[in-house]
Amino acid sequence: MAHGNAHAQSNSHSHAPSHEGHVDLESLRLMGFWIFLITDCILFGSLFATYIVLHGNTAGGPTASELFHMPGVIAETFILLTSSFTSGLAVLSMNQGNRKGLIGWLVVTALLGASFITLEVTEFVKMVHEGATIGTSGFLSGFFTLVGTHGLHVSLGLVWMTALMIQLGRHGITPVTRRKVNIISLYWHFLDVVWIFVFTIVYMLGVM
Amino acid sequence: MAQHSGNEHEHEHENQHEHEHEHEHEHEHEHESHGSLKSYVIGFLFSLVLTAIPLMVVLNHWLAGTAAKVVLVGAAVLQFVVQLVYFMHLREEKKPRWNLLALIFGLIVLMTIVGGSVWIMTYNVVSH
Repeated sequence: MAHGNAHAQSNSHSHAPSHEGHVDLESLRLMGFWIFLITDCILFGSLFATYIVLHGNTAGGPTASELFHMPGVIAETFILLTSSFTSGLAVLSMNQGNRKGLIGWLVVTALLGASFITLEVTEFVKMVHEGATIGTSGFLSGFFTLVGTHGLHVSLGLVWMTALMIQLGRHGITPVTRRKVNIISLYWHFLDVVWIFVFTIVYMLGVM
Repeated sequence: MAQHSGNEHEHEHENQHEHEHEHEHEHEHEHESHGSLKSYVIGFLFSLVLTAIPLMVVLNHWLAGTAAKVVLVGAAVLQFVVQLVYFMHLREEKKPRWNLLALIFGLIVLMTIVGGSVWIMTYNVVSH
């Protein structure tokens, strides 16, 4: 603990003098990631548009209200909401120079993310067993593409977060890992926002 | 926030250095900053409430048709704003607000794609 604090402090100290040239570059990188998130937003927008257009075309297959099991979806939603909050707490610990807290909250976030993915995959497997595959109807093609793309983003985030935790364990809180934590937390909040719209447009409006 | 009140005390004593301190503030704000525990907790509570409202409306059948749709989409949009403000700290961005501008541009493209597709396909006679 004492070691972690000393480490972080020495970092913020060695950081201060070189701040002029450094901050610009780091904030520029953060902005680059922000622009990636916006293009990702447009990707999801296209998938949402496709889903909305196709959601009535069930081709004699199951409809949304027959297919969706809300308890699982509600659990997924609250799990992802909480993980968005805990990734914020990770950033907060980092800003206080608390490496253990930072890694701890990242672990909690990753575990919540993993349970989200487990629930989602279970849901998908169940649907496929019920005969609702991606090829069954336009509605299900749109559904699996949209929700699956989001799930893929979360899975990718989990791999990335694990790699970052290893880096943090090795190097501690440096300007580079600091930027990476800020970026992954942005990414995680973004995925939560996308899920809120999946939850609203696909599930809630589907079962209504 | 605690840092601020601590430094304010110093301000009173060293007016000469006030300018330098302000610079430090900016530096902290840009680099460390990004919210307090309070703002994260408020954001989290808001997002829980904004998720609970649509759930109650739909599962208890409080509203139906267009009214329910408006409440659901409204809650989702508010949730988006809550995440942007309390978790992604969009409001704390400094003056040339490129992030905000990029976001607005992205949202315009998004609206055009989603709104345009839905609008075209709603009145598309061939697809029905």
